Amino acid sequence: MNLSELAVGDCGTILDFTDQEMSVKLMEMGCLPGEQVKLEQVAPLGDPIAITVAGYKLSLRKQEAATILLKK
Amino acid sequence: MSEQLKVALIGNPNTGKSTLFNDLTGLNQKVGNFPGVTVDKKTGNAKLPNGHSVEIIDLPGIYSLYAKSRDEQIAFEVLYDRKGKLRPDLVIVVADASNLKRNLLLYTQVADLNIPVILVLNMIDVAESNGLKIDINKLSNKLGIRVVAVNARQNKGVDELKQAIADATRVATQLRTIKVEELAPELIGEISEKFAVSSPYEALQLAHQHENLSSLSSEQSDLIESLEQKHSFHSSSNQAKETVARYNFINDLLFDCVKQDESAAGETFSNRIDKVLTHRFFGLIIFVLILFLVFQSIFTFAEYPMSFIETLFLDIEQGLAKILPDGVFTNLLINGVVAGLSGVLVFLPQIVILFFFISVLEDTGYMARVTFMMDKLMRKVGLNGKSVVPLISGVACAVPAIMATRTIESWKDRVITILVTPLMSCSARLPVYTLLISLVVPETKVLGFLSLQGLALLSMYLIGFFAAIGAAWVMKRIVRSRERGYFIMELPIYRMPRWSHIGLQMYEKAKTFVTEAGKVIIAVSVILWVLSTYGPSDSMKAIDTKYETLAKTTSNNAKLLEQEKSAEKLEASYAGILGRTIEPVIKPLGYDWKIGIALITSFAAREVFVGTMATIYSVEGEGDDLVSVRQKLASAKNPETGLPVFTVATAFSLMLFYAFAMQCVSTIAIVYRETKSIKWPLIQLTYMTVLAYVASLIAFQLLK
Repeated sequence: MNLSELAVGDCGTILDFTDQEMSVKLMEMGCLPGEQVKLEQVAPLGDPIAITVAGYKLSLRKQEAATILLKK
Repeated sequence: MSEQLKVALIGNPNTGKSTLFNDLTGLNQKVGNFPGVTVDKKTGNAKLPNGHSVEIIDLPGIYSLYAKSRDEQIAFEVLYDRKGKLRPDLVIVVADASNLKRNLLLYTQVADLNIPVILVLNMIDVAESNGLKIDINKLSNKLGIRVVAVNARQNKGVDELKQAIADATRVATQLRTIKVEELAPELIGEISEKFAVSSPYEALQLAHQHENLSSLSSEQSDLIESLEQKHSFHSSSNQAKETVARYNFINDLLFDCVKQDESAAGETFSNRIDKVLTHRFFGLIIFVLILFLVFQSIFTFAEYPMSFIETLFLDIEQGLAKILPDGVFTNLLINGVVAGLSGVLVFLPQIVILFFFISVLEDTGYMARVTFMMDKLMRKVGLNGKSVVPLISGVACAVPAIMATRTIESWKDRVITILVTPLMSCSARLPVYTLLISLVVPETKVLGFLSLQGLALLSMYLIGFFAAIGAAWVMKRIVRSRERGYFIMELPIYRMPRWSHIGLQMYEKAKTFVTEAGKVIIAVSVILWVLSTYGPSDSMKAIDTKYETLAKTTSNNAKLLEQEKSAEKLEASYAGILGRTIEPVIKPLGYDWKIGIALITSFAAREVFVGTMATIYSVEGEGDDLVSVRQKLASAKNPETGLPVFTVATAFSLMLFYAFAMQCVSTIAIVYRETKSIKWPLIQLTYMTVLAYVASLIAFQLLK
């Protein structure tokens, strides 16, 4: 599954990325393989989402979250 | 010391870097420009315990040396450019102690550049309250550098940091973090041979960033490019490898130096606030209420200082007229320069109030949530969550609003935001709307309590907003861009606003507005003064003679004669001639040549419209007295048809014209400065003029 499919309050561990260019940016922001993420909230209009990763809160669009593969 | 030591502050956004900069330098700072980019270059002097003073440079907040936007580029450029005036002798990396893992990525990159470095752990109070125990001595030993814990908000640890700066050596002491050479051994080797680099990592950075570095010649850049091809170097996969290696280093480091007290974990205060402020339903309602409060404040609180400034300038004008001898120079000073200055300063209260609110909302962390909530909506029309702040600011003035687009990383989103922001109804349109509405909309109440005039004004604001949204939607399809838009953004924790920081922000915005908008408006005011004062000398002389004889022969009131004379002179002036020239073009919109003159003179700034109308229709008393202008306009008749000039059709056509047309030279200037190209202001001027013309044409033809 990927990060955009996570339900609010659920956690997952990052496994891999499907988009290399995007992955560079995501990794710089602390989204690394092996890192645990938790879906904190979804914006009122359904997109973007906010996750907790590496001890802080990060927001990203669903289409960006979909490039992050999780193992659950 | 022969030369002052240069110290650069670098760090992630939201680490309190600018607070620390203020703590170090006090008010002893300068704001300038980095060449080629729009980020402000802030420098200041800090006094050290040993009596020396050092120059501190505040670099833009970045997450990594790999820049995502042109503005971020400047950080590496400053660190790399040896010949540059700003190249620091010492770098202070500011890290958020409560969020060390991500913050240390930038540290490891900077450390590997082999420049002397000090690590500052800011917000140490937040880290402690989150249950993080950081062993600073151990961290310092493992990195081989001074590590200073600081709470910049309370000015704690700043003296220790100053001592650390004083103690710093000119030789880098830090231990290497990752084995950079292993990332691209041959390429790094060859670049290091051919370029003067101080570390293997600098060579690798050149490989990644050579295309964007202004200090490299194009031959040098081509050389690096060919070396990359020779060694089949792939920038993004290499960066991914590097980032993973760096985080491995950081994880090991933090495992040894940081302990998490589990009992303190759990739902943070910030998270609980977010549950309310970004709530599916209440989140949007709260946002609308905050917006309402902001606009209410702008218009109610600003009213008093604005009328004070207006009166003050009228007094100055009258005072100067008494003191100075009659003549061209006096006339230029009073009607050109002072009038122009007054036109700029009158908007200052609104801008200061607006930026008070925006700074508070940004500083507390709420603005990031607004961006988060609005992104989907904004993206649908080709904008970005971050376009919300510029659009809101546009209601006061487009000049600071366009400067506020700098936070938008995606170039396409930023350009579209810049192009549509001037459609938001700025405060300079307000006098125009007020005059025209009072002229044609009756003072009746709808449903017993809603004022019809108020509703008309509100619709003008809505028209501006929807025009901006619509224009963005169209441009999204036209503006081409190869880069991808990201919305990967940190949501910083909620904090109390720092009032001194907000005060400084307001001061800076006010100063930028006065200097940026001011110089343009004054320059154009002077030009327009010349156009409306001078005309072909024959006709001007004829008017002079005519009124001289009239004054002798008739017993008419001298003041009235004077007014009629200036109206007639305006007709004969170059501005008047221009007005007559464009009459055929504007006639289908319902305007005569007199309105044409006002369109021309208000090109500098929209509110000039009212003053010009006052002069053309030779209004008695003070030029800005709205009631007298209105009466004159209401009784104005078209000499050919004998019908009133200002019908509902003409007034609405004019209001739409002012809603859409780019009648503001300062905005054109600022768009030019922010986009660094003549192309965008020209496109903007063209589309807005066409939109204004078509909308006014349709309105007039339908309503007449």
